[in-house]
Amino acid sequence: MSALYLAQDPTLADFGKDPWWLVLIKIVFAFVFALLATLLGVWFERRVVGYMQVRPGPNQVGPFGLLQTLADGLKMAFKEDILPRAADKVVYFFAPTISVICAVTALSVVPFGPMVSIFGHHTPLQVTDVPVAVLVLLACSSMGIYGIVLGGWASGSTYPLLGGLRSSAQMISYEVAMGLSIVAVFMTAGTMSTSGIVAAQAHGTRLNLGGWELAAPGWYAILLLPSFIIFFISTVGETNRAPFDLPEAESELVAGFMTEYSSLKFALFMLSEYVSMVTMSAVTTTLFLGGWRAPAPITTFWAGANSGWWPMLWFFGKVLILVFVFVWLRGTLPRLRYDQFMRFGWKVLLPINLVWILVLSGLRSIEGWQTRDRLLATAIGAGVLLLATLLWPSKKREPKPTLQEQANSRPHGSFPLPPMDLQVPPSPRTKRVVAEREPANIATGSDSREV
Amino acid sequence: MTTQTVLAEAASVSGGEAVTFWILAPLALIGAIGMVWARNAVHSALWLVLTMLCLGVFYVLQAGPFIGMVQIIVYTGAIMMLFLFVLMLVGRDASDSLIETLRGQRVAAVVLGLGFAGLIGSGLYRALHGVRAVGLEQANAEGNVQGIARLLFTKYVFAFELTSALLITAAVGAMVLAHVERRKEDRMDQVATMKARFRPGNYPGPKPGPGVFATSSSVATPARLPDGRLTDRSIPEILPVRELTAEETSLKGTEKK
Repeated sequence: MSALYLAQDPTLADFGKDPWWLVLIKIVFAFVFALLATLLGVWFERRVVGYMQVRPGPNQVGPFGLLQTLADGLKMAFKEDILPRAADKVVYFFAPTISVICAVTALSVVPFGPMVSIFGHHTPLQVTDVPVAVLVLLACSSMGIYGIVLGGWASGSTYPLLGGLRSSAQMISYEVAMGLSIVAVFMTAGTMSTSGIVAAQAHGTRLNLGGWELAAPGWYAILLLPSFIIFFISTVGETNRAPFDLPEAESELVAGFMTEYSSLKFALFMLSEYVSMVTMSAVTTTLFLGGWRAPAPITTFWAGANSGWWPMLWFFGKVLILVFVFVWLRGTLPRLRYDQFMRFGWKVLLPINLVWILVLSGLRSIEGWQTRDRLLATAIGAGVLLLATLLWPSKKREPKPTLQEQANSRPHGSFPLPPMDLQVPPSPRTKRVVAEREPANIATGSDSREV
Repeated sequence: MTTQTVLAEAASVSGGEAVTFWILAPLALIGAIGMVWARNAVHSALWLVLTMLCLGVFYVLQAGPFIGMVQIIVYTGAIMMLFLFVLMLVGRDASDSLIETLRGQRVAAVVLGLGFAGLIGSGLYRALHGVRAVGLEQANAEGNVQGIARLLFTKYVFAFELTSALLITAAVGAMVLAHVERRKEDRMDQVATMKARFRPGNYPGPKPGPGVFATSSSVATPARLPDGRLTDRSIPEILPVRELTAEETSLKGTEKK
């Protein structure tokens, strides 16, 4: 029977035919996946960041510290739930739930695998799919902002309000860049359904270069590299993760929008942050990294890699790698300044995206031409661009005056300066201190232990 | 052909559609009423969000998944978010006062509103009573998104471009209004700021605070320099320098002679 399911791409017609218990199983699976991903994700992040900072990270509770998050979560549930007096009670209560619901709902249109057989039912490994599935994802992420903004507003104090305002500005700006980078995917795949986009990345176009048959890669991460980079950057902005975690910048805003939150409500905000990180990784995998399909060399050796339940392994592997990148970014990059961050979104990501979409649509519009004409048009375009870059007038920099000239040109009455060639004699006291001190006892040998 | 199209195409309303409608339609109405009734501006905006979300789901039910999702993304996700943004900047206690400035305006508004709603409702009812949805199948034949795209870029391309031109004009206008012109040479980097600070004639330290004396601790009281002179740098520039004139300091003429 397994031959029947070989590399079966679900189409839109395959959805909406499941019995109710199968739908329930799928929904529960997606939900449990989100919760488990949070539990393991927090542990994973702390361990990886610990490794990057040369310290062990949580390693006491359970094997490898795996149960640390569970213990933390239990502790959090038993803490006092504080409702600030100035808070708007209803909105304060609902804000964390809004963000969790939106983060989890987005998983419902993410394809986890191809058609499989569950208790005799032939069904795709995806909760549901609609012709506008990617727009559902965008809608979920845009509604998720409400949780943060309302949480900040309803707390009734200044820091949360500032955090909420920041996050609304940030997420709206980065949503624009994100939506534009998906446009390139729509143009290439010709569909907005997630399963359709995964199917479209199965086979790259075949190029014929002088008798050589070249298979161009099908992943949109390679075909649409600028879109992929911009999309990933804006997902980091959209999920409020470092280096874009300005809504909760602890050096400026205490904890941003969740300053007043405690106990389970705080846990819900944490949950939504990690779930949206995993969801965004899953979406990136689906849109740009071939979804559940096995990476390139595996399918060459093993034809069955894309059928049955195996694709789930590839899918989770890709998601894990992306989550690792999220953690890696957090461990590496310092937080951006707010104005630089907004400038980056509006003045760098957006124009690059627009130009790239223009170029892509130009390339697609000449697809039907003769090979010679097409190459000619591309070459002319590239040549003009190259010439423009070469002949672009470079700004002439005036030679910088030397330090002495700068000092001489200062107006009369300026602060007095010491002479430029001033040599400070060593202090006689320094010598005495050095002479009195015992030489430091530095441990030698290879068995230096961590203290 | 998707399930939604089938749903909307069917002559009689299917079970799922009816259930969704009867759950969401009251919610949408409650949202609309709550938006008008809420005292707090942010609550008002949130009620409106509820109505818009319900409308988005209605569009999806009516075999228009694209416009439904766009409604949610653009209206609830972006526009209402900007509203909230402004409301929060204005302040959370921006409630309306209930004093009628025009006499009888509330009664008039209620009567006119009910009349308008009645007119629209009866007009729609008379126009749509017994009309069956036709042509959905053909409209969505090659997919909902593709159908909308074809219409937008063929039949309605002029209107579409006109709208976009209008929007761009509005955006440019807003930008011009909000833009602060700063010439390149006026922009000072850190080195230039530092040099200007230590230029002769400029005092690089912090300004002295206003004077605190036994007779006055007002911010309008200038501080005294070590040599006894008053320093203007210690008082804010917007405060007018107010010295009592001779008449003001003289006796008021109210005391017994």
